[in-house]
Amino acid sequence: MSLKPDVPATRAALDLDADVLVLGGGPAGTWAALAAARAGARVVLADKGFCGTSGATAPSGTGVWYVPPDPERRQAAFLARDTLGGHLADRRWAMRVLDRTHRSVDELAARGYPFPLDDEGAPARGSLQGPEYMRLMRKLVKGAGVRILDHSPALELLVDAEGAVAGARGLRRQQGDDWAVRAGAVVIATGGCAFLSRALGCNVLTGDGLLMAAELGAELSGMEFSNAYGISPTFASVTKTLLYKWATFTEPGGAAIPGAASQGGRSIIARWLARGPVYARLDQAEPGLRASMREAQPNFFVPFDRMGIDPFTQRFPVTLRLEGTVRGTGGLRIVDESCATTVPGLFAAGDAATRELICGGFTGGGSHNAAWAISSGQWAGAGAAAHGTRQRGARRGAAPAGTVGLRAGTARAFDPQEATRRVQAEVFPFDINYFRSGDGLHAALGRLDGLWQSLRAADAAGTAEVVKAREAAAMTAVARWMYRSALARTESRGMHRRADHPEADPTQLRHIFSGGLDEAWAAPAAPLARPQAELAA
Amino acid sequence: MIELVSAERCTGCNICVAVCPTNVFDPAPKAMAGALPTIARGADCQTCFMCELYCPEDALYVAPEADHAVEVDEAALIEAGLVGSYRAVIGWSPQTAPRRRIDSTFRLIKGF
Ligand SMILES: Cc1cc2nc3c(=O)[nH]c(=O)nc-3n(C[C@H](O)[C@H](O)[C@H](O)COP(=O)(O)OP(=O)(O)OC[C@H]3O[C@@H](n4cnc5c(N)ncnc54)[C@H](O)[C@@H]3O)c2cc1C
Ligand code: SF4
Ligand code: SF4
Repeated sequence: MSLKPDVPATRAALDLDADVLVLGGGPAGTWAALAAARAGARVVLADKGFCGTSGATAPSGTGVWYVPPDPERRQAAFLARDTLGGHLADRRWAMRVLDRTHRSVDELAARGYPFPLDDEGAPARGSLQGPEYMRLMRKLVKGAGVRILDHSPALELLVDAEGAVAGARGLRRQQGDDWAVRAGAVVIATGGCAFLSRALGCNVLTGDGLLMAAELGAELSGMEFSNAYGISPTFASVTKTLLYKWATFTEPGGAAIPGAASQGGRSIIARWLARGPVYARLDQAEPGLRASMREAQPNFFVPFDRMGIDPFTQRFPVTLRLEGTVRGTGGLRIVDESCATTVPGLFAAGDAATRELICGGFTGGGSHNAAWAISSGQWAGAGAAAHGTRQRGARRGAAPAGTVGLRAGTARAFDPQEATRRVQAEVFPFDINYFRSGDGLHAALGRLDGLWQSLRAADAAGTAEVVKAREAAAMTAVARWMYRSALARTESRGMHRRADHPEADPTQLRHIFSGGLDEAWAAPAAPLARPQAELAA
Repeated sequence: MIELVSAERCTGCNICVAVCPTNVFDPAPKAMAGALPTIARGADCQTCFMCELYCPEDALYVAPEADHAVEVDEAALIEAGLVGSYRAVIGWSPQTAPRRRIDSTFRLIKGF
């Protein structure tokens, strides 16, 4: 950590004071901003891209964990995923999220989201079309009086003399100048980290918020659950996977690949992809269902229609794009019901926060992520409002807390593209990240630690390169927490699969915490008591 | 990746510049009549199709190829009905607004 509380924050071209600063304007950030504004706070929301189109949800759309308030149905909803998630989920949190999500989705309906009616004429509210949902969220946030800064990537947090967060600063990349917001509290809602794999909507998600938070000493949890890979046509970005439920996967000769499936057989696809091309065709879909598939996921069909491929009758090559923690579950560690992190004044929501609380070590397809973003966003926003408004009028320092890429070093500034390629070479390969082993993780970690040291020694990046330099630094940091956590979990649980420890070990029913920069670390937390795990066993 | 800003259709409103999450475009200079935004950082395009959805003139085309640039032929794309096709299908074209309410996910996923 390089806290320099004696250094006064430099003035920025756009200089603002707020009670709450929200970083990220996807579902989590917009729900956080709404909740904070409704609690009476003065709120600024800064997004790297454009609040309303940026992030994983806007172009993708999501199913939502929307379950009516019937205790039996909610219990069933919880248990349906508990085993896949390795019993790390906390029933109390799951019930909290189901409750908040249900109310919030109903609020969206009241605010004008055009939910359809099902075949019985009842409202169907289990799916949100991304463009529609996020356009509405932007409107609601603006209507609540939140100041939105688009194209304003945050570069680093500001910190006071006590080590509490005091705001953030970043660039206004379309104005070519900078911004600084001094704030009583900050919500990290910058999404997950997908390592610039070009999975749908994910190239703005490089773990920036995790790095910034860790620079203030924040801890993470569950970073071993970070190897989600989404299926897409080889040529395309669209990693929507639901419709592959109706696919047959074939090898180049045309024979079906035994066991290959979107759900429960994705690792088999990975094994075959390591050897050569894999093809898919949605030939299990009855003709009567095809129109519904198009109407459910219009974005899924855009690449096919543009390539002149009929995916129901023609086979097409598929690949797996790394979605990392976006559809993994690791993120900043949450310490209370207001989604506070381990740093005073710093809150986390959505994919930037750990989702283990509701789905343990696995999300995949499924709706938990969207529900978590909605719920954790509001709790973090309300928590930040309460904390932030208490700081009003306090005279506090606000020193920049960033490290790599921002401060003078002993070597020339690094090339962000080159650093990015080096991280990708450690996290994309299936034989390192999908099929994990102690030896493979160790070797990759050695190279990543070396990369971090070289980035650490380099000079600050110039204005033109600094956003990409910070992204590369963040991805390097995330990869190091991932693999340290993966080494610390010497078993297979949730999406974390160790070839050298293929079974779950009942004594490892516990979270893995991680953090640190130069001295990155991961360590098991106290064992959890999970009655449902004992029942299942 | 984004491949086309149609000189024929674009009015230079710069909405695409504002909404592109990865800041691919440079704006059309305001003072110049008939000027278009330029694809200044095409390599940063994440093939998310959002610019197409927000362009009021259906003047943009995002090719499905996500990892490399391709050549496109505007006349052929228009002929094939592909320019503006995604916006129309989700109900964001003025003529297709009732489609906004269409979402048959409930037929594919059974809830609890
Ligand atoms: C193809 C696909 C399909 C999915 N389907 C489902 C599904 O069916 N059900 C489900 O529950 N989940 C699904 N998910 C996951 C879901 O999209 C995410 O969990 C959700 O978007 C998380 O919301 P968020 O607000 O935390 O992050 P995001 O929506 O990713 O938003 C993060 C925001 O932070 C901004 N940001 C990043 N860095 C900075 C910075 N340095 N400064 C300022 N702003 C920054 C980004 O620009 C972005 O706007 C899917 C994901 C993908 C990729
Ligand atoms: S949104 Fe469409 S019309 Fe407006 S500048 Fe962009 S391409 Fe031109
Ligand atoms: S497809 Fe997405 S990333 Fe590419 S130019 Fe359009 S809005 Fe930008």
